[in-house]
Amino acid sequence: MRVVSSRFALAAIAAGLVLGFGAGASASEKGKQLFVKNGCWQCHGFVGQGGVAGPALAPNVMPVEAMSSFVRNSNRAMPPYREAVLPEADLKEIHAYLTSIPKPADPKSIPLLNQ
Amino acid sequence: MARKDARLDVNRRKFLAGAAVAGAATTLTNGAQAASPGAAANKRLPSAVMPTAYQIATETGNLREPTTQITGRPNSDFMVDVIKSLKIDYCYSNPASSFRALHESMINYGSNKMPEFITCMHEESSVAMCHGYFKATGKPQMALMHGTVGLQHACMAVYNAWADRVPIILVGGTDLDAAKRPPGVPTLHSAQDINALVRDFTKWDDQPVSLQHFAQSFVRAYKYAMTPPHGPVMIALDAGVQQEGIKDAKSLYTPKYIAASPPHADPAALREVAKLLVNAQNPVIIADRCARTQAGIDSLVQLAELIQAPVVNRPNRMNFPNTHHLRAGNAASLIRNADVILGLELTDFWATVNGWVDNGDHDGHGINETRMKQDTKLIHINSVELNTKSNLQDFQRFQPVDILMPADAQASLPLLIDFVKSAITSERRTVFEQRGAALRKAYAQARERSRQAAALGWDAGPVSTARLVSEIYGAVKDLDWALVNASNGVSGWQHRLMPMDKHYRWIGGSGAAGLGYGAPASIGAAHGNNSLGRFSVSIQSDGDLMFTPSALWTAAHHNIPLLSVMHNNRGYHQEVMHVQRLSNRRNRVASLGKTMGPIGTSIEGPDVDYASLAKSMGWWSAGPLKDPAELGSVLKKAVQVVQAGEPALIDVWTQPR
Ligand code: HEC
Repeated sequence: MRVVSSRFALAAIAAGLVLGFGAGASASEKGKQLFVKNGCWQCHGFVGQGGVAGPALAPNVMPVEAMSSFVRNSNRAMPPYREAVLPEADLKEIHAYLTSIPKPADPKSIPLLNQ
Repeated sequence: MARKDARLDVNRRKFLAGAAVAGAATTLTNGAQAASPGAAANKRLPSAVMPTAYQIATETGNLREPTTQITGRPNSDFMVDVIKSLKIDYCYSNPASSFRALHESMINYGSNKMPEFITCMHEESSVAMCHGYFKATGKPQMALMHGTVGLQHACMAVYNAWADRVPIILVGGTDLDAAKRPPGVPTLHSAQDINALVRDFTKWDDQPVSLQHFAQSFVRAYKYAMTPPHGPVMIALDAGVQQEGIKDAKSLYTPKYIAASPPHADPAALREVAKLLVNAQNPVIIADRCARTQAGIDSLVQLAELIQAPVVNRPNRMNFPNTHHLRAGNAASLIRNADVILGLELTDFWATVNGWVDNGDHDGHGINETRMKQDTKLIHINSVELNTKSNLQDFQRFQPVDILMPADAQASLPLLIDFVKSAITSERRTVFEQRGAALRKAYAQARERSRQAAALGWDAGPVSTARLVSEIYGAVKDLDWALVNASNGVSGWQHRLMPMDKHYRWIGGSGAAGLGYGAPASIGAAHGNNSLGRFSVSIQSDGDLMFTPSALWTAAHHNIPLLSVMHNNRGYHQEVMHVQRLSNRRNRVASLGKTMGPIGTSIEGPDVDYASLAKSMGWWSAGPLKDPAELGSVLKKAVQVVQAGEPALIDVWTQPR
């Protein structure tokens, strides 16, 4: 498991992931790696910002039980992740990672969003 | 080793004297013997290289070339006159022997003007450049190619143009006379019927057998290409017809091109549609490949404003300004509530009013579900209904509609507007005003939601797609910009964050989603925009660029100014998600190998250095940029380069979507 984790940490660095966190940065390093390893980034973005392929998961993170129930049973655009593929403990780590993502700045304070 | 090569002692004067003797018995027409110099010549050569019979004949003044000299003008000169009559700006082409006669006439007789020969390195790029050029300017261009090899390279781009309803004049060289064509390669590059390769995705094709036939077919092809529904056309050009001398110059003529008026919808049907629209409670207009010009956009704005109906703009063209309060954000909820839906040149009406969920249900075929109410009236003005024969299945699923008009939507809008005006009562006008006010509010809310969503991941690296688009807009907003290409991968942010108020701000995508379109099509569009004083910018995806990277050289060689900013997510991301989806569905962990995406889907290790790639082909370039904070200043520099007339590429490592 350790080997796998560090491999994905390397992959994340290689991918140029500069996860812009503030004080809570280390809240879930492992969760971040699991988010990448399990492919959540593909549809939700590396910081859960969402896009055309999947909705934003952060900073308004759903409670862990609701998230687990959704991820296990989703049967629409999101393919379900059963326990055999994504153990519950790992999903909790992913939840912790999503919770650690800080709120974005107010768009009114971003000049490029007010052009 | 010490021995001197006797041949090197023979001086040139002696060689010529000897060769003169040999030359007496050696003519060009001397077949196999002429091709390999005789023993006498062998002895006297002044260099290590054997002279050919042709060289000997030239040097000895015994050159007789009766078959290659033609008296008077060659046919291909007249072909150039015909082509010039249509005012085609450019001929995008990779050079090839099967059209050398026309090539020579174009540059020497035609002065390389109208059309100018644009050197391309792949026929897929040639055709895609024509594709982009047309959408930027409304003027069809021509692509010349080898009949078999070049045309096969071109096929994907021709299919894109077909599916995107774009006119292109394709011309392929071939050598039909098997008894006369040169042996070897020219035979491999000829076929009985080269047009067969693209017949299923061209509107019309022909293989002229005489010069006058060429003149008629070329003008006819142009006319068919330009009559809506637009599409590519193909002319096969026999080497013999190109090469021979003009025989009967006095009787030759170039038919005049007169643009056909587009097919118009039946007035009775339009009158009924006008009544339905005016009396509908929740009408929705959905436009896809509707507006070809600003006039098309203006008509659609007028129609929507008359009844204050929301307009959904499908992304294949810019039909309706996203700065207008009637531009709809959430199509799904509008369609759910609609009682009348007017579709204008929709590629896929079925998928507009129905949903499909890609899950494991129904044996993996997914779920189909309707999005509309049972009694919603569906109306469609769609010229593509007139293209009914093709092996290719770009017609999508069958959707019955209540009123179908196989006609050109843009051309039919003015009469529909007249009928709508006369159907409006003062009572309905009040309803429209109320609806307009509600839509204005919804529009403002949608804009605010977009801004909130764009702020998520704003400072993340790799750069978010919303940030990428915002930065690009910030850099070009004071110019007369045109977004000439953007991969689907940027989550459609360009439609939410870049104010698109003119028809050339956005020209849609490839048509058939065939990779290799983006780079050359954006260069073609930039070529057209440059002559109109517009600044072209493209959001270039990595996977697409790797299909046609050599298109970059053409842009540098011909000084085509384009700002290409990469959406480099280091993978075939659609496929990344597909394989992940199937893995989950089958309850298996997706094997990643050494990459972030499932095996076979990533473009990592080695990471492609796009900035160096572009630089090697003469572009100004920068990157890879991974931190969004760096983007603004680099973009500023790149804009200056492009304004000075050169292409510039910035490689940006981005979020996946
Ligand atoms: C192939 C694309 C894809 C992948 C991979 C994916 N998701 Fe999703 N996800 C979606 C889509 C699409 C939705 C929207 C809901 C729907 O329609 O099913 C969604 C919804 C969700 C939601 C509900 C959000 C809400 O606010 O309702 C959660 C939570 C979620 N995903 C978590 C995850 C996690 C955790 C992973 C990785 C273990 C993951 N997703 C991987 C596509 C994906």
